[in-house]
Amino acid sequence: MKYFYYPGCSLEGTAQEYSLSTTALLAALGGEIEELPDWNCCGATAAESVSRLLCLALPARNLALAEKAVPGQDILVPCSACYLNMRRAWDKVRHDPATRSQINQTLEEEGLAVSGSTKVRHLLDVLCLDFGADAVFKRLQRSLAGLVVAPYYGCQCLRPYPVFDDPEAPSCMEPLIQATGAKVHPWSMGAVCCGASHMTTKKEVGLALVGEILDDAKGADVIVTVCPMCQMNLEAHQKKISRQRGKDLSISILYLPQLLGMALGLPEKDLGLKLNLGIAPGFMEKLRSPLMASKTKKADAA
Amino acid sequence: MIPEERPFVAPDKYHELEGVQKMLAACIQCGTCSGSCPNAFAMDVTPRTLWRMVLRGEKEAIFATRTFILCSSCYSCTLRCPRGLPLTEAMGALKQIASREGLAPYKASTRFYASFLDSVRRHGRVREGEMMSLYFMSMKNPLLPLQFASLGMKLMLKGKVGAPFPTRGKRPLEALFNKVMQLEKNP
Repeated sequence: MKYFYYPGCSLEGTAQEYSLSTTALLAALGGEIEELPDWNCCGATAAESVSRLLCLALPARNLALAEKAVPGQDILVPCSACYLNMRRAWDKVRHDPATRSQINQTLEEEGLAVSGSTKVRHLLDVLCLDFGADAVFKRLQRSLAGLVVAPYYGCQCLRPYPVFDDPEAPSCMEPLIQATGAKVHPWSMGAVCCGASHMTTKKEVGLALVGEILDDAKGADVIVTVCPMCQMNLEAHQKKISRQRGKDLSISILYLPQLLGMALGLPEKDLGLKLNLGIAPGFMEKLRSPLMASKTKKADAA
Repeated sequence: MIPEERPFVAPDKYHELEGVQKMLAACIQCGTCSGSCPNAFAMDVTPRTLWRMVLRGEKEAIFATRTFILCSSCYSCTLRCPRGLPLTEAMGALKQIASREGLAPYKASTRFYASFLDSVRRHGRVREGEMMSLYFMSMKNPLLPLQFASLGMKLMLKGKVGAPFPTRGKRPLEALFNKVMQLEKNP
């Protein structure tokens, strides 16, 4: 399976490890990716707060580039905000001819045009539906038994476009996690908002939202994410939130492909594990330990 | 919020409100949006009440609330609305008015959006370090960067953000940005 890879701006900067681990994992699973040439920023949530047309034209340019380069080849997008913007542009292009014509006028000068023939896919969609838990299980090199993993979906990979899972109670990460031998943390915060850019502009609100998520993750060893914004919000403010709430809420936060990559025995360097901001003491030892499987069996037997 | 910065509100300033009213015309005031909103706890007016204010055309009251600027685009309300209304989009449309008019109470957010897009316009892609410097400069608050210093240092030490000095860039999206502005002025 071959895809255009649209990393998006965060994955070139603060979320480098998400890009590294995504690339490494897909290669290990036998997926082929080719970076979309000359891609541009999707506009994130900034464009939609400034101009309706800009928030469609920016992502549409990427769709147009893909359509022109290899017609019919899906675009794989790991960032949920980029995914939503591109999916929305695709939706408008296909269903709203007046808007499509406006968008195409903005692309005209570059000799580009968009028709909506190229599909936009979130990384989680591709991992769940194109590869699936079996593909992970078959290539398992290290059992993660003993780890309890809280799957965090966030918002924009499933809302407002619930393409590959239930947006109210998503569960598609669970088979992937279970395929590694790890247990899924039962919780209700997997699809509740982390506050996105509130953490920059309205910090007290962002801290409150993330506090609730971290609190409900108690009992898990790690939260896995599929969005650079969620990841940053969950990992970067744990000390402050713990202080505010008067209890230790520190917990490791990994990108899903980092966790799956470890289970597949990929080198830690290829997964960018040194770049994470939130790794709790002792967690790496747990993640690396090949003995965990036998420990859990003993514990289960007892 | 600096009171003297509050702009004079001309009667026809928010003519775009009509577009938002159309989006919300079928609202039945059930309150599912308010009950679904993760940010409702921090809002002075709930989303349901805000929609009523929009439909009644209470322009000055709408732009005195902090409700729409607290929308984090999680789309829970949009998905659950029994009338299928584009509620997150309506919140976005109100943010767009606040951005365009430079309304004082919302500057912490609208200047962030503007700094983000400024960086995109310079390089085609956002440079996170540069975006934050542009934001600090636009906020003109010398203490603001201190709030981000610790995280900024961590990110720089990990090699995740580059030097935070704004650079000119090749402006590869200039034609697209210009055309968007032109079309939005004269559709």
